[in-house]
Amino acid sequence: MKNEYFDLQHSLHKLAHYLPSQSALKDFIHHNTLHAFQELKFHEALQHSSNIFGYKTYLNLSDYRQLYAEKQISDLVLDKILEAKKGKEIDIWKKKLLIDDFDEALTARIGRLRNLWKSNFKVNPDKEVHSILFKVIGAFLDQGVSIWKMPATELEFWEVLRDLETKSFSSFFRSSAARKMLKENSCTIESLLSEIVGEERLYERYLFDQQFAHPGWSGMVAVLEHQGDSLLDSRKISLQDFIKFELLLEYDFLYTKFDGKIPKFNTVAENISGDLFEEIAYSELFECYSLWQEAFEWSYYDQVLKGIKQADTLTTTHNGRSFQAMLCIDDRECSFRRYIEKLDAECKTFGTPGFFNIDSFFQPEHSKFSTKICPAPVSPKHIIKEEANNNKQARDAHFSQRSHTLLGGWLVSLTLGFWSVIQLSLNIFRPKQNAMLVSSFKHMGKDSRLVVEHSGETLRGFQLGYTIDEMTDRIEALLRSIGLIDHFAPIIYAIGHGASSVNNTHYAGYDCGACSGRPGSVNARTIAMIGNHPKVRAKLAERGIYIPENTRFIGGLHETTRDEIEFYDEPELDTNLVEHHKKNREIFIKALSLNAKERSRRFMLTDSHANPERVHKRVKLRAVSLFEPRPELNHATNALCIVGRRELTDHLFLDRRAFMNSYDYKIDPDGKYLLNILRAATPVVGGINLEYYFSRVDPYRLGAGTKLPHNVMGLIGVANGMEGDLRTGLPYQMVEVHDPVRLMMIVEQYPNVVLKVIKSSEATYEWFKNAWEHLVVVCPETHEFYYFKDGEFIEYNPISKPLESKSDFNAQIESSESNFPVYIIKD
Amino acid sequence: MDLTPYIQTFILIPLIGFFISLVVMHGREKWLSAIAYTTAGLQLFLFLPFLVYWIIQGAPVLNLTEFALYESSDYVFLVDFFFDEITAVYLFVGSVLTFLITIYSRYYLHRENGYKGFFNSILLLYLGYNWTIFSGNFETLFIGWEILGLSSFLLIAFYRERYLPVRNAIKVFSIYRIGDVGILMAMWASHHLWHENITFLKLENSELVHEQISGHSAVGMFIAFMLLLAAAAKSAQLPFSSWLPRAMEGPTPSSAIFYGSLSVHFGVFLLLRTYPLWHEQIIVRISIGVLGLISAIVATLISRVQSSVKPQIAYASIAQIGIMFIEVAYGFETLALIHFAGNAFLRTYQLLVSPSIASYRIREQLYNYIPRPITIEDSLPRRLEYSFYMLSVKEWNLDNFINKIIFTPLKKLGQKINFINIRNLFIFFMPAYLLGVYLLFNKSIIPAQIEPYLSEIFALLSLLMVLRAFGERKFPKLAWLFILLNHFWIVLAVNFNENFDLSHSLIFLSGILPASLIGYIVLNILAKKESSNFSLNQYYGHAFEYPRLSILFLLSCLGLMGFPITMSFIGEDLILSHIHDSDFLLAFLMSLSFIMGGIAGIRMYARLFLGPHIKTYHAVPFKNS
Repeated sequence: MKNEYFDLQHSLHKLAHYLPSQSALKDFIHHNTLHAFQELKFHEALQHSSNIFGYKTYLNLSDYRQLYAEKQISDLVLDKILEAKKGKEIDIWKKKLLIDDFDEALTARIGRLRNLWKSNFKVNPDKEVHSILFKVIGAFLDQGVSIWKMPATELEFWEVLRDLETKSFSSFFRSSAARKMLKENSCTIESLLSEIVGEERLYERYLFDQQFAHPGWSGMVAVLEHQGDSLLDSRKISLQDFIKFELLLEYDFLYTKFDGKIPKFNTVAENISGDLFEEIAYSELFECYSLWQEAFEWSYYDQVLKGIKQADTLTTTHNGRSFQAMLCIDDRECSFRRYIEKLDAECKTFGTPGFFNIDSFFQPEHSKFSTKICPAPVSPKHIIKEEANNNKQARDAHFSQRSHTLLGGWLVSLTLGFWSVIQLSLNIFRPKQNAMLVSSFKHMGKDSRLVVEHSGETLRGFQLGYTIDEMTDRIEALLRSIGLIDHFAPIIYAIGHGASSVNNTHYAGYDCGACSGRPGSVNARTIAMIGNHPKVRAKLAERGIYIPENTRFIGGLHETTRDEIEFYDEPELDTNLVEHHKKNREIFIKALSLNAKERSRRFMLTDSHANPERVHKRVKLRAVSLFEPRPELNHATNALCIVGRRELTDHLFLDRRAFMNSYDYKIDPDGKYLLNILRAATPVVGGINLEYYFSRVDPYRLGAGTKLPHNVMGLIGVANGMEGDLRTGLPYQMVEVHDPVRLMMIVEQYPNVVLKVIKSSEATYEWFKNAWEHLVVVCPETHEFYYFKDGEFIEYNPISKPLESKSDFNAQIESSESNFPVYIIKD
Repeated sequence: MDLTPYIQTFILIPLIGFFISLVVMHGREKWLSAIAYTTAGLQLFLFLPFLVYWIIQGAPVLNLTEFALYESSDYVFLVDFFFDEITAVYLFVGSVLTFLITIYSRYYLHRENGYKGFFNSILLLYLGYNWTIFSGNFETLFIGWEILGLSSFLLIAFYRERYLPVRNAIKVFSIYRIGDVGILMAMWASHHLWHENITFLKLENSELVHEQISGHSAVGMFIAFMLLLAAAAKSAQLPFSSWLPRAMEGPTPSSAIFYGSLSVHFGVFLLLRTYPLWHEQIIVRISIGVLGLISAIVATLISRVQSSVKPQIAYASIAQIGIMFIEVAYGFETLALIHFAGNAFLRTYQLLVSPSIASYRIREQLYNYIPRPITIEDSLPRRLEYSFYMLSVKEWNLDNFINKIIFTPLKKLGQKINFINIRNLFIFFMPAYLLGVYLLFNKSIIPAQIEPYLSEIFALLSLLMVLRAFGERKFPKLAWLFILLNHFWIVLAVNFNENFDLSHSLIFLSGILPASLIGYIVLNILAKKESSNFSLNQYYGHAFEYPRLSILFLLSCLGLMGFPITMSFIGEDLILSHIHDSDFLLAFLMSLSFIMGGIAGIRMYARLFLGPHIKTYHAVPFKNS
């Protein structure tokens, strides 16, 4: 029989797999919240995770019915889906979906075993154990809240505990038995489990129950076990030691409670299987959910596909004669690009992951640490260094630790205290930039220098800068992947992006995901420097890419919260281009105001009824307001990722819901560049999309809930109040306007090429095979759609009514704060 | 011009503001917040000219006898308002901060569930705050004090669908009420010391005070220590400190204003206000100073090891309040007032910007990281350093300590007497009660040896009733009945103690009876609808489906516990004033059963209506989130 015996390492591995894997706040990166279930089909995974862990994984039936009543879920689409899935039983199922009552109560297997303590023995170990456990682990991992740090944290967690216990008069425990075990290091997880649980077949499930009573802390420990060095003040900890400590505390509690005679726990657990993951029964309710969910998603996708088909005949004027601009694929650039194009008929914009193929670390001037500025899974070998940055960090005495000391606090409250109230008033009545603002413009000094070219040096064990060949490789791959290999404009912009916010613990989640949650300024500037390098140009020419000598690259950064832009190395621009750049700059700035206005419609307390410049000012103001829990809405409402030429979608109003990666099938007949794009984009955009999805449908367990009561724990995470577990996922304020739909990837290429490409990367293929992302291919020749399902492409014909066309969206934007349907943009 | 009549304006504004905000509909965010900041703003901008004029007049002490809520031959319940420099400073700080925070919350709370509840509670707090600082005698003060306790409970339990906020709300409410025992006892003793409901104005008359206190130094000292108990509980001094960080469960602005600044400084206020009463007693002054000093040191140590930001600020604030206790004990009133204002402003702001600490400190470390800064503790011997460290991480076991010495014994006692059930209630306790009533009217047949003890015995029985309610885990209706019965025993006890007018008993029961009836009906409705989810053994969160019943039951709890919304509140005071000055035990038993009755009632409310909803057809939080 399975699970008869307990294999510690196997169980620990399994635990770490299922626990939330969210890094410390400063390294926050979006990922699929239910990554552990990704080997299952999407809907199957959603049912399993719900039945096992008690997650809410779909909207409620009443929500879907409401959406249906509001025509957000189309009747046509619903019928089509039911017909495909249920054939003749369509009416029966439609009745189930629309009318029947279901018991939607969440049931969870997790916790059932350990609940026996409460139900059968009238004790609640968690109540006693958690409080001390959280305090100790919090103090150990603390990155700089406490003034008096835990002693000896250079040692491993378990050794620190032993050190403290041995050398102190005070103890973590009540019983001398537990005390002795720690001091003499005479316990193991197995020995403690045998005392507490008694039967090997239950061990693993017991540990799951125990750790999932505080998934936040356990998940953090599991992550830091492998990334302890990512903390500035690094720590050595393992899930194993953490669990051992918790078991020891639990043992101590039970031992004391029952005067040394811990009852035989296993005797009351005879009916409980040791396998938490044993088979899950079919549920009609979950089938209803899955049908509704498909209908919800396709009601939107179908419109998009209809739009692509409908706009097919419209021709574009964007030949890229005036300038070209590369921006991040980020959905926040979707509308920005639209406005740039609207304001300059001859420009051309491109989308590419915002690290611009610069796989590197960054060493800011004066900084004691370097930081990764490329996608998280990449392990860079290079480092770029900043020099001559004269900016100083603004300070704020309110964060001084002195105010928490006895006499210091006395002095501070008698002096600074009165300044606080003035500052608070200023912050409320006249918000402006201050020391608390996290601004992406501060990531790199605007006038500092970057060391990009390698000259034999190394730094922190990495090669400082790139050689000419390495530079050429990077820019060549970038240009080819977006299809920009000829017809270069006089100026080519590379615009990274970053955000700024104040009083926001999840600040890192707002910057560029492709740059490991940092702003993309260094990358944009670096790729521009590479592109302008004469030797690189020469090499590029050897490889068949001829960039005219007069063409210049300019790096820049789009600040997405305040909608501002900054350009780098402008003084180095040739005089004949200065005027040209100045003109373009005006276009960018104007586009930013229009963009700000479009964004503002979702900010319910910001009035959108004014000219773009006025609204833009309001948007800027809210970004620095202490009392604004939604500085920007980040990726909320994302639903699409379009990999193809801009022409495919430039006549569609996609309402900022699309990631856009430029790609030209013509120069990539065998899908070499497509593979790179999909390999990078699929997990990144899928991760973003699913994190939004799950945080939205279950703000309590999969999301971080409302951020208003959050309390910063050790600079690594947030919890509610003082005694809560760490909260993972996204705060509700980030996701409340998000429609929980999966992402649809739309690729412009021949289906057989795409099929070959996705099958060649197993990790990527899993996303589509198990339908965690939808995939539709637009055949470049026939303009037919092919939907990927169960390993093959099936033709798909949109069934929506023809879409409405509009040329002016101003009135539309002022009209509503909810999602818009897809429109055709008339020139 | 006499300024005295104008001081009632500053009670009236929050009162009106609160009631208006009660009737505004849910979802009218703009209205709700506008009422709140207009209330605080109006208060502030009317107060400023008042203050100037008052100072020009030479800052006289103002006293306004508002009206007598109840009057009989030997007893008056006066609502009395009072204004001096202490009131002035507290009013200034309170209205500035409330004004700023309500504007702040207007945006911060946008779209949050419970927007209305939040502003209602803030205004209720503001009302209680002003009422307390303006109060001119203990009775008036106690009204404000009770309002503060209730609004505090509501704000901490703001996220009622989660377990920890609700548990902590009960915890804080309970500790507040333990402190209230101090106030009740002080009120009782001072009735006898002055033979009236003494006003704070009269306490300014040092000759009078000197004369009385020196004649009854024991009583004087007793009053002082009871006040110190109340002050220590409210200001989170030792051994009560651990409630303050645990109170920070609501939205950050409410934690900032309430627990960072306004509420937590009420202990200091109480000491400042009663300074004339105890300043001649050197032992009291030393005790206050020593308590402040120890609290300051211990809280500082705890604050230094805190790894999360809000508790760190909370403990730092407790330490400063400890120093304020020392300042007050020394007689540095002005310094204490300045210190209060500075600390309130500072901590409010620090809490508000506390989410920024993550990005601020990380960025600071990027440039100035020092692996292990040398701290003062490094100079200690290793063993001592480690011991202090561990103790501080464990918050010096304060949280357990309070449970262990107060709540666990009471709960255990309550469970020990669970043999009292509905059957023997009728077989034994009802006849016993009737016998008591019979004896009351035929006192002549009571043996002389027993008579002096009868009232204590009945008071003890009343306490048993309330403990039984406190320990009840299964049957809500039974627990409710026990709380009600407790009051009947109290009436009996006090009637034995002294010739207590029947009308007094009726006043006492006038609020309690209807409240208990309404509560009972609510319980019946709920029991019928939710028969399988109806006990006191866990949290049920029924407020999710029955919001109206929930409010109704909360109101009846308040009525049953003698909250100042009914005449029963006056009855409580009446009863206390009728306990002989020698009868300390009786006063103590009765105060304790008043207090525990309130805790038991709120606990019932919380278990039935708050906490994670038992029905899980919607997303539910982890217990530990």
